Amino acid sequence: MTAAPLLEVEHVTMRFGGLIAVNDLSFQAGRNSITAVIGPNGAGKTTLFNCITGFYRPQVGRMALHHPSGPVLLERLDDHRIAARGRVARTFQNIRLFTRMSVLENLIVAQHRTLMAASGFSLAGLLGLPVYRRAEARAVDKARFWLDKTGLAAFADDEAGSLPYGSQRRLEIARAMCTDPLLLCLDEPAAGLNPRESAELNRLLLDIRDEQRIGLLLIEHDMSVVMGISDRVVVLDHGAKIAEGTPDEVRRDPAVIRAYLGEPEDEEARPC
Amino acid sequence: MAGAVLAGALREALAAAVVAAGLALPLLGFRLVDSSQGLSLGTRLDWVAWAALAVGLGRFLLTLSRRLRPASPRHRPSAGAVPAQADRLRPWAGWALAGLAVTLPFLPFADRNLVDKATLVLIYVMLGWGLNIVVGLAGLLDLGFVAFYAVGAYSYALLSTGLGWSFWICLPLAGLFAAGFGVALGFPVLRLRGDYLAIVTLGFGEIVRVVLQNWQDLTGGPNGISAIPRPTLFGLRFAANAPEGHRTFADFFGLPFSGEHRVIFLYFVILGLALLTNLFTLRIRRLPVGRAWEALREDEIACRSLGLNPTNIKLSAFALGAMFAGFAGSFFATRQGFISPESFTFIESAVILAIVVLGGMGSQIGVVLAALLLVGLPEWFRDLQQYRMLAFGGAMVLIMLWKPSGLLSDRSPTIRLGDRR
Ligand SMILES: Nc1ncnc2c1ncn2[C@@H]1O[C@H](COP(=O)(O)OP(=O)(O)OP(=O)(O)O)[C@@H](O)[C@H]1O
Ligand SMILES: [Mg+2]
Repeated sequence: MTAAPLLEVEHVTMRFGGLIAVNDLSFQAGRNSITAVIGPNGAGKTTLFNCITGFYRPQVGRMALHHPSGPVLLERLDDHRIAARGRVARTFQNIRLFTRMSVLENLIVAQHRTLMAASGFSLAGLLGLPVYRRAEARAVDKARFWLDKTGLAAFADDEAGSLPYGSQRRLEIARAMCTDPLLLCLDEPAAGLNPRESAELNRLLLDIRDEQRIGLLLIEHDMSVVMGISDRVVVLDHGAKIAEGTPDEVRRDPAVIRAYLGEPEDEEARPC
Repeated sequence: MAGAVLAGALREALAAAVVAAGLALPLLGFRLVDSSQGLSLGTRLDWVAWAALAVGLGRFLLTLSRRLRPASPRHRPSAGAVPAQADRLRPWAGWALAGLAVTLPFLPFADRNLVDKATLVLIYVMLGWGLNIVVGLAGLLDLGFVAFYAVGAYSYALLSTGLGWSFWICLPLAGLFAAGFGVALGFPVLRLRGDYLAIVTLGFGEIVRVVLQNWQDLTGGPNGISAIPRPTLFGLRFAANAPEGHRTFADFFGLPFSGEHRVIFLYFVILGLALLTNLFTLRIRRLPVGRAWEALREDEIACRSLGLNPTNIKLSAFALGAMFAGFAGSFFATRQGFISPESFTFIESAVILAIVVLGGMGSQIGVVLAALLLVGLPEWFRDLQQYRMLAFGGAMVLIMLWKPSGLLSDRSPTIRLGDRR
């Protein structure tokens, strides 16, 4: 991994009543690299994302995102501040697009904060001042860039909800990227994709890593994606980290194999 | 095949007729007979039979037409398919309607009565456009919108009768007060959505009305406020003769005095206000705030994940919607010359909401059509007397069958990549 980590998660614990969804979890994710978080169903992966992006507030732990200007402590920020101030963007396990808005509008909404400032909190915008029109043109340019990257340019003016499933997943990634994140969290981006789409996705994610030079945090069940593109893998089971390392190290780790295939004496107790 | 369809339709028709008969029995089946021995209860079972027959027949025809044309798309057309045509039609229809509205008072068939009714419709168009921001764009179900209308009306009434300020000074103030109330309502309901929000806003509307009703010293309680000054045109009054130091409109232009002048003037005032509302909304839809409202309606969690602050977005929607209701309220006060809490009951909120929903949630022209239908038609059909509401209800049922998601429910994007705005 490269020198200074981008995201440092330290001793994060998230409980729901008696259930410990994330248990004293510590790991690091690097700048300019893809960190995969894997684990069986219910391992606490989505919960971890919800903690990092501020939708849940963990009872214990510290999460620091290292900006060029210094660290930002994510556990202290509200969810919308994490996207704005923390520069963490995310996608959702069950896609959350603005379905009745057009594809382009989805990407423009993602640039709300920039545009809002440029529109003078709507005054310059209402008057149609050039300041705002220029800002809007720049926003469209950025949107177009990501539309081209994700192969959605032809559908820019269509309703987002009318896109096929795979395109909706790519649009969600494009939308997250339009917020200019330092860390992009992807919750099962390959779920429901066919092999061709899945390969395209791999290329897109590698592109993002290499061209934008940001960190990616990736939850994924599809091992071809995980093993193919991730630089590091963190394995969760029952909320705790059971292994961490390069894809090859993790693949051979007996603890991981046990968690996925089930321990013989555990089998009746915990059917998968 | 055809036999099965027929039998199915007959079965459904029979079921509908039975339900209708059951409903009609208590509602239509009895009547009070006023005879010399006092009141007694009479029956008119023939009416019940007619009602059941009508419903059964309607259901039969409806089912049949549906079964024979199963391919007819009853859901909203998805993007890409139809909007192209609607897009081309939309601006054209808007300009045509605006042109008609501007020339209306001068058309040969326009009499005082018609202009007066058009004024009433325009008040509701404006209220509908205001509520459209809150419900149609931001997706916040507001059942107490009439409260802001009331705040606007009372602001103007109190400022003008108490301090003697003119309509044109009070109008923006009334809008500001109403917007303030919008924010005041917005804060406690920030976390609520859907049904819960609807209930709290409903309560808010009632609270405002009850306060107006009981704050005798300020609002005059149930007696309301009367002798509210009329608006002037740059100081020119619309009256037969002006007090010392003022001139009348008729005098200034050398016209013979006519009561119609004021009616037409009021019509243009509300038309101007309504068009302003419309322009503002059309414009702001294309701005970050407007897009954020729609995004919030679509998915609040996604909004948060993109750094949009839902608090600001909701409050701005409440405030701006309320502001336009405030404008409409002060116009209402100056037009009536008298206001009381009775004008601001829940049913008003319901009518305004019905206009927005019927118009197709978010559609500006839809609101105009719906206001014409919901406010205009019942006024014009006063001749139908007691059957007015029956006709109204029937029309609503037909519309819901024909256009279940509102009259104009497709939306066109606020920005396009292919520069064909
Ligand atoms: N809001 C919540 N309230 C209560 N329990 C929750 C909540 N969110 C998650 N959990 C529980 O926390 C545990 C971890 O859930 P999580 O969604 O993080 O799993 P996951 O690793 O993402 O699984 P999957 O691969 O199925 O998406 C589960 O047992 C789940 O039921
Ligand atoms: Mg999950």
